[in-house]
Amino acid sequence: MEELIIKQYEKTGILSLSDLTLPTEEQLRKGVAIIECVQEIPCDPCVAICPVGAISIKDINDTPKIDFNKCTGCKRCIGICPGLAIFVIKLKDDKAFVTIPYEFLPVPKKGEFVKALDRRGKPRGKGRVVKVNTNNKTAVVTIEVDKDLALDVRNIKTD
Amino acid sequence: MTVDEVPNVRTCITPLKENMKVLEQDRVGEIPDKKFYGRNKKNIDSDIVIVGSGPAGLMAAISAAEQGVPRILLLDENHLFGGQLVKQSHKFFGSEEEKAGTRGIEIAFELIKEVNSFKNIKSFLETTVIGCYNGKKNHKLVAVKRKREGDQLIEINCKSVIFACGAMENMLAFPGNDLPGVYGAGGVQTLMNVYGVKPGKQVLMVGAGNVGLIVSYQLLQSGVNVNRVIEIMPKIGGYNVHAAKLRRCGVPIFTSHTIKEAYGKDKVEGAILEEIDDRFQPIPGTEENIPCDTICIAVGLTPSIRLLEQIGAKTEFIAEAGGHVSIHDLSMQTSVKGIYVAGDSSGIEEASTAMLEGQLAGISAAAFLGYDKKAEKLKQGCIKALEGFRSGPFGLKPKICKEKIACCWNGGINY
Repeated sequence: MEELIIKQYEKTGILSLSDLTLPTEEQLRKGVAIIECVQEIPCDPCVAICPVGAISIKDINDTPKIDFNKCTGCKRCIGICPGLAIFVIKLKDDKAFVTIPYEFLPVPKKGEFVKALDRRGKPRGKGRVVKVNTNNKTAVVTIEVDKDLALDVRNIKTD
Repeated sequence: MTVDEVPNVRTCITPLKENMKVLEQDRVGEIPDKKFYGRNKKNIDSDIVIVGSGPAGLMAAISAAEQGVPRILLLDENHLFGGQLVKQSHKFFGSEEEKAGTRGIEIAFELIKEVNSFKNIKSFLETTVIGCYNGKKNHKLVAVKRKREGDQLIEINCKSVIFACGAMENMLAFPGNDLPGVYGAGGVQTLMNVYGVKPGKQVLMVGAGNVGLIVSYQLLQSGVNVNRVIEIMPKIGGYNVHAAKLRRCGVPIFTSHTIKEAYGKDKVEGAILEEIDDRFQPIPGTEENIPCDTICIAVGLTPSIRLLEQIGAKTEFIAEAGGHVSIHDLSMQTSVKGIYVAGDSSGIEEASTAMLEGQLAGISAAAFLGYDKKAEKLKQGCIKALEGFRSGPFGLKPKICKEKIACCWNGGINY
């Protein structure tokens, strides 16, 4: 039966880092996907699209599990996820490349500066757009931010 | 309501025309003989009639056609096929076989294309079924087709009917809920995504189920500001991924909050909200005034079963179904032989399961008429897929709903 204890994110809609499976610093330097999908929703397109079989699921209602050692950070899962819940993070020196799904217009252009927002929608500084891909009308945008913001920045806002 | 002398019309989805005469109705209306007397009435003989062309109706038509049923008639009262699919601009969840990762509107286009490719499916838009009668051998449906040169009455004789009529949005009782600017969330979605009309500038969303969360996000995509989402329950009802999308755009969600009243002179100018305790009682001193010009109500749906009731299908009140539903067996047949139900009309759920139920009903109705190409095997496949969808935590409610329906079907009422 349903659990009686209400989790914090069920009240707020905001996940905290303790709700997630996170990669090590070394894995982050290689570049990996972080899947922010913690509920048992009947859904599995991320498993089907992964070219290296890094994402697995026991049955359709299970949450996806990712093997950070297999993941190559190819970003294909970002555009297919119906929940827009997958992000790819890659650390380089003191910078972080955060790749997010983005479904608003105008789609930012390479080289532009955008506001980097966290899971609460709060601006956390500026990000430089380094890459934009569109897949099925969902833009997949990579921005460069300070390394410290790698696990916090999850959205952007164009001015 | 009665519109231009045609009874049993849902005015909320009827396009407005000049000099339209709209009257309230307090019971099922009579067939407007006078209006149509002497005018050419159309008679159609059909094998299977499908009422409603949403995900369930489209799949029912396709799967019955694949079974080789020669005369299938698909009717919809809207001016587009696809039901709610046409306004779903987000990607669907599910597995690859159920077209997951595809946007609802694209699924609608694919299915409509498939329907049109079958010579044995005839389809009518802007056609409202206003009455249905159950004969000894045949069923008779009376429909009105809206045409430019005037309405036309259609009398349909058929052997089997699949009702995939969907559902209606629930309203919430609060002072000021009759002010212009108070909408159903589905209505707002139609305005935005079908007609390209912004409903307002500043929206208050009431209800944090998937509909409330998705429509809020689509409002943001349309450039409309969403002030906040409130939810009376202590937790968000919809998927966290939908809530997270809104939160990272800066839209707050307040659980254990309700709307006390809406105010405004001639239209909505704002709302008073309040927090509630664990017994759903307002907590004094928590009232908050929120200026807004649009209030969106997303507090669930009620199955549309009027026609099923009229044809004599047995109905029961099942809370998990969203209200009264006609009970049905595993093949989606109701208590009236040859009459089937699928989709939200048989209990509120979502598009993927509606498609599966439609498929099941289409195959079953075809088999009932003797068109059987491995029907039993196909049906088992649908039933298994439905069980899969209903086995997770978010499938619990429909699972209980269907268990209760099965219980009623078997004669039990002590669920």
